[in-house]
Amino acid sequence: MRRIVLVAALLAAGCSTQTAPKSHEVTLVTHDSFAVKQEVLDEFQRTSGITVKQLASGDAGELTNKLVLTKGNPIGDLAFGVDSTFASRALQEGVFAEYASPEADKGAQRYKADDTGKLHAVDVGDVCVNIDTGALAGNEPKSYEDLLDPKYKDKLVVENPATSSPGLAFLLGTIAKFGENGWQEYWTKLKANGVKVVSGWEEAYTQEFSGSSGKGPRPVVVSYASSPSAEEGRTKALLDTCYRQVEYAGVLQGAKNAEDARKVLDFLLGEKFQAQVAEQMYVYPSREGVALPESWAKAAPLPEKPQQLAPDKVRDGRERWVEQWRTLVQG
Amino acid sequence: MAHPRSRLNRRSRLNWTLAALLPLGFLAVFFAWPVLAIITLGLREGGISEALTSADTWELVAFTLGQAAAATVVAVITGLPVAFVLARCKIRGLGVLRAAVMVPFVLPTVVVGLAFRAFWPDGGVLPIVLANAFFNVAVVARTVGGLWAHTDRRAEDAARALGASRPRAFLSVVLPALAPAIGSAAAVVFLFCATSFGVVLILGGARYRTLETEIYLRTVELFDLSGAAALSLIQFAAVIAVLLLGALARRRRETALALKGREELARRPTGGEWAVVAAAGAVVLALLTPVVGLIIRSLSTRDGWSLAGYRALATTGERGTLSVSGVEAALNSLRTATDATAIALVVGVFSAFVLIGLKRSGSRVSEALDTALMLPLGVSAVTVGFGYLVTMDALPGDFRTSPLLVPLAQALVVTPLVVRMVLPVLRAVDERLRQAAATLGAGPARVWLEVDLPLVGRSLVAAAGFGFVVALGEFGATSFLARPDAPTLPVVIARLMSRPGALNSQMAYAACALLMVVTIACVLLIERLRVPSSGEF
Amino acid sequence: MSLRIEHITVRYGQTTAVDDVSLDIADGEVVALLGPSGCGKSTLLRTVAGLEKADDGEVRWDGDDLTGTPVHERGFGLVFQDGQLFPHRDVAGNVAFGLRMAKVDKEVRLKRIDELLELVGLDGYQHRKVTQLSGGEQQRVALARALAPQPRLLLLDEPLSALDRALREQLAVDLARLLREAGATALVVTHDHDEAFTLADRVAIMRKGKIRQVGPPAEVWREPADVETAKFLGCNKFVPGSFVGLANDRVGLRASALRVDPAGTLEGVVLERVHRRDHVRLLVEIDGDEYEAVGPVTEIGDRVRLVVEQDGLAVLRDEPHGGQ
Repeated sequence: MRRIVLVAALLAAGCSTQTAPKSHEVTLVTHDSFAVKQEVLDEFQRTSGITVKQLASGDAGELTNKLVLTKGNPIGDLAFGVDSTFASRALQEGVFAEYASPEADKGAQRYKADDTGKLHAVDVGDVCVNIDTGALAGNEPKSYEDLLDPKYKDKLVVENPATSSPGLAFLLGTIAKFGENGWQEYWTKLKANGVKVVSGWEEAYTQEFSGSSGKGPRPVVVSYASSPSAEEGRTKALLDTCYRQVEYAGVLQGAKNAEDARKVLDFLLGEKFQAQVAEQMYVYPSREGVALPESWAKAAPLPEKPQQLAPDKVRDGRERWVEQWRTLVQG
Repeated sequence: MAHPRSRLNRRSRLNWTLAALLPLGFLAVFFAWPVLAIITLGLREGGISEALTSADTWELVAFTLGQAAAATVVAVITGLPVAFVLARCKIRGLGVLRAAVMVPFVLPTVVVGLAFRAFWPDGGVLPIVLANAFFNVAVVARTVGGLWAHTDRRAEDAARALGASRPRAFLSVVLPALAPAIGSAAAVVFLFCATSFGVVLILGGARYRTLETEIYLRTVELFDLSGAAALSLIQFAAVIAVLLLGALARRRRETALALKGREELARRPTGGEWAVVAAAGAVVLALLTPVVGLIIRSLSTRDGWSLAGYRALATTGERGTLSVSGVEAALNSLRTATDATAIALVVGVFSAFVLIGLKRSGSRVSEALDTALMLPLGVSAVTVGFGYLVTMDALPGDFRTSPLLVPLAQALVVTPLVVRMVLPVLRAVDERLRQAAATLGAGPARVWLEVDLPLVGRSLVAAAGFGFVVALGEFGATSFLARPDAPTLPVVIARLMSRPGALNSQMAYAACALLMVVTIACVLLIERLRVPSSGEF
Repeated sequence: MSLRIEHITVRYGQTTAVDDVSLDIADGEVVALLGPSGCGKSTLLRTVAGLEKADDGEVRWDGDDLTGTPVHERGFGLVFQDGQLFPHRDVAGNVAFGLRMAKVDKEVRLKRIDELLELVGLDGYQHRKVTQLSGGEQQRVALARALAPQPRLLLLDEPLSALDRALREQLAVDLARLLREAGATALVVTHDHDEAFTLADRVAIMRKGKIRQVGPPAEVWREPADVETAKFLGCNKFVPGSFVGLANDRVGLRASALRVDPAGTLEGVVLERVHRRDHVRLLVEIDGDEYEAVGPVTEIGDRVRLVVEQDGLAVLRDEPHGGQ
């Protein structure tokens, strides 16, 4: 009997914490990598009177699908972390509500997903080929084509686009670069040149790559433009091999506290938050005129001419491309 | 509690059936409902037959079951010598060994995956099987060891006296007596292996896929809910088939055994037993290899040895990339695991008693409940997690975002373990022992308290320790739940592992070491506990 | 202070284990339920204890129907064939169990434990582990445990049958003495008639779910109710009463009914000879029929004279023939 009571009590406890919504609480739904400096967040909460409750889980894909599944009754008020790969789906499913943020034209508009004004670019995290400069001293590749050079046979390690977000970005980059008709040929040659495919970034970067602390065997890896900022000059990103990934935030359709959610969105696009995204999340601020940390300016500048694909093109082609890639590279 | 029993058997069957509603209700609300909801959602989109008839699908099924079966066999074979040592040997430092065996269970799959990749850089089937077995040796060692520690030694001695060689006596007497525990452990291990995710992803080298990884990809990356639903149904069917087989095997085996106290049975190994001890030692060494590897990585930098990773644990990371410090994350882990273990113990022990009661009163619901309780282990975490999203808002206070959802989801995984550890011992208790207590004036509740509880006390404590550890290391279910940001150690480790930079990596490995220390400390502490009013048993 | 079993019927599915059985046990009386295995005697005992549900009939104590009284409130002690001691408690802990349930003060409890252990001859065993006791010792502890709370009725289910023969005979005598000393009202279930006759004031013979005969041991032994009962009580040969000089239609002969004695009136030839523990068992041909007999050493083929031992006879009341 006592056990039944205990379970009932546990359930009741769970419920009771929920039943009294605070008037100025905003629930921010994000992916696992979201991070904000506590002082910055505290200051915002103090000055605005809004309490931000973070709900974090999974990666960008999981986040997007969660938002889609719960669009009738959203689990929060605004979301951060839907990226350019998944933006189309979220928009198509009507997950986000329109909001013309006063902060949106301070640079974020440069990376917009579409013209609906529902998603606002918070940061940019380009995926680029990284190299171990020590291992390749005086013999560095520069472009996609260079990677086909027999000099770099068995040097490159990439992530599986089916299971890894940077892996997919790199594939999309080659599609943007060589076109719908040319990318398969490029990959055929890459395969002939001994490209190694692993399933995730962790294996590729921390285990296979010679420039990281794992000191692996391969000096060329698919990672982020920002990665060299953490490697004290031992690595660098090849800025001609980058694919642009943008992370968006938006107020959720059906948000219970849309008014305060909009203020939180303004905060995400605002100067104070933008100034710390580089250090917190290894991404570049979307806002113009925000200074990068010193180590970034030297080791990890923002790529100027990255490859890009329109979100709806990605949405339509992704599954087919990944399937073709699978047959081509693994088959 | 004293009510007239006009129709004793029928009445008690009714009572037990009603009691079964509690664990069944828990399962229904926090498992069946969300899973069915998400599958129904997929089915509505159609395209199921396509997935069912594809040769690809059946290859997936074959590989999933095959690798799980192989890993189960490896785990059982390597787990038995360890179980023997834990149960039967009087050796110094046994307590620490018992705790250390649990360590693999809490290690994040990404860390273990990377450790195995160090030996097999290209991945493959063998490392997948070995890594899955690595995680699960503890299940076998602990579950089987729990029963072994209490089974009478005399039957074995009798067989030896009748001229059976030691291996022969083991095969013909000991093994059949342990069969229920081995069956229980094997079923659990099989389910863990069949649904293992990270290991297959990392060591499959993008080549080998299982139902679990495919369900994840279809649900999360492709948003192909109908394909995922089809695969989930297949996974369901396969799991139920395996569970029924296991239940059949168990039914034939589980009998009353003369239970004895461990103190009377444990002794210093003699003669050939040292070979078994050596085998157990080899297994433990093998289990420790990745552990040693990660400790080395937590200490090494480009410029030599350093404790920087450990120092960083007190902070929120190199540039404050974590929202909490490593120490706070450890506390979060402890809190969540405590909640999960408490819920799982309540539901699990209750279920075990209901199962016994149902069986005694001859009800057929017993088998069904037994199987149902195991199901959560065999169903994809992503299916459950996404299922929560489309159902839990119907519970009061929007349960989807409740801080209690994480421990509840973990309890779902821990409960079957508790049941499997407690049930064999409980079933081995002679019914007449309870009747003897009743004739001496003990009412049903008192019988439970005076007879059942002390007799299963040790395995209950073991189950609690085990459940706690599983909850500590649980990452799959946790990572799919939209949870208020109170990251646990596994979450923090995953976050650190996904960042570049030597210090992040060092800190990740240091966090693993912290997780191991916390694990060992907790297991040691829990096992020190004695169930009140029970003598040394 | 008496037990009354009224028209109890217990069925398991199709089979009827206990079939309309009635039996009374008076205060201080020891009744043995004697019958072959599977006759329903244990089921009846378990029904009295409250461990089985009767499909029909009632168990009454002092006239009160016990049907609605659960096991633990009946105040009946139960001793199983194999003790069923609590393995997690020592000897004293086992004996104290019922006293604790009855909330007896610790001091009184300790005294009572000492008393009972002395009674069963295990003085000083208080802190032994029960798993380290011999079978006989375990049964003694079980008995002490059952007796400790002074049950209204003691139920013993084959209390000695798990023990070896010599121990069994010894313990049967001890148990009989103990039950008398304790003044216990008891129902003993056994398949061993020696045990039943040693322990009981009255014996109830049970077969195929029914009680066939109830009476004092000597009466049941001398005058079984029917041929089946006589067979169960050791008779393997049935002859007309005239054969042994009685007026009855039929008399059952046990192996000890005929004894070689020069003074005997019967005459036969020895066919076979087997040495037993304390006598020689013979197969003798008398008037073309074979009979068992006991006697001093003789050679096969010897002619011998035989006397009839009254103790080896079972006198059957006249009834329609059959069943042989």
